[in-house]
Amino acid sequence: MFDLTGKRALVTGASGGIGGAIAKALHGAGATVGLSGTRVEPLEALAAELGDNAHVLPCNLSDAAAVDALPKDAIAAMGGLDILVNNAGITRDQIFMRMSDEEWQSVLDVNLTSSMRLCRGVMRPMMKARWGRIINISSIVGATGNPGQVNYAAAKAGMVGMTKSIAYEVASRGITANAVAPGFIATAMTDKLNDDQKAAINTKIPAGRMGTPEEIAAAVLYLASPEAGYVTGTTVHVNGGMAML
Amino acid sequence: MSDIADRVKKIVVEHLGAEEDKVVENASFIDDLGADSLDTVELVMAFEEEFGIEIPDDAAETIQTFGDAVKFISEAS
Repeated sequence: MFDLTGKRALVTGASGGIGGAIAKALHGAGATVGLSGTRVEPLEALAAELGDNAHVLPCNLSDAAAVDALPKDAIAAMGGLDILVNNAGITRDQIFMRMSDEEWQSVLDVNLTSSMRLCRGVMRPMMKARWGRIINISSIVGATGNPGQVNYAAAKAGMVGMTKSIAYEVASRGITANAVAPGFIATAMTDKLNDDQKAAINTKIPAGRMGTPEEIAAAVLYLASPEAGYVTGTTVHVNGGMAML
Repeated sequence: MSDIADRVKKIVVEHLGAEEDKVVENASFIDDLGADSLDTVELVMAFEEEFGIEIPDDAAETIQTFGDAVKFISEAS
């Protein structure tokens, strides 16, 4: 159904479980993908798996100059940029009373500020093309809050407000901006949990299981598609019913 | 009218759909020619492309009228 042939997509955090699935889904629909992340090896492996039309674009998102250069590098590699997926994120969990400025700032910098910089960097080519898709990967905790994640929840909620404001500004230019808010998704991070911990989480999810990276990627694929041209400023919650928003 | 002014006028007319005789020295893009703030950004992008120059953001903000644009571009190119 969704055909992205000829579109060029930049995906940050493509070395992770969700980012990798997003890159595969977009590539599978015909898009050329730019795979960004800090760890080059998994990016190279993913690019090799995808074959043609996959470019490795390493970037440290805590380095402002590198972040500003990334859209330009992506355009140089792919010949243009039509779809931006801000997926990369870090956590520095800590109870709030003990949270240091550094723990706060690093999470805000990587999760929120770098996303803003990348959105800003893709505006010009998208405005010129009169077509663009910005998809910011937020989180269920941005809407619900989560103990130990004051920094992360603030950054993820910030992404939603940012996304809506961008959507307002550029809707008349054929550019949409949306967020996807995953709930608990089975990735390398959740694999570390033991069975009891997993069972405890699952009792809070009406669907009774964690989501898959592919289920997040499917939402991103839809929002990236021409068919979603009238959907902008929204947040798609993909969480098995854990929070019905 | 100079060559630069003609080229600027062409861009303004095309981009804003403004009537050519309204694009005069003191015509404000926003107040007189129907531009919104995003249009002014796009005009600057179009000027950069047409004339092969860089217009930094702080300079772009001073370009409010057709005359401002012609003057800035004449000095920059």
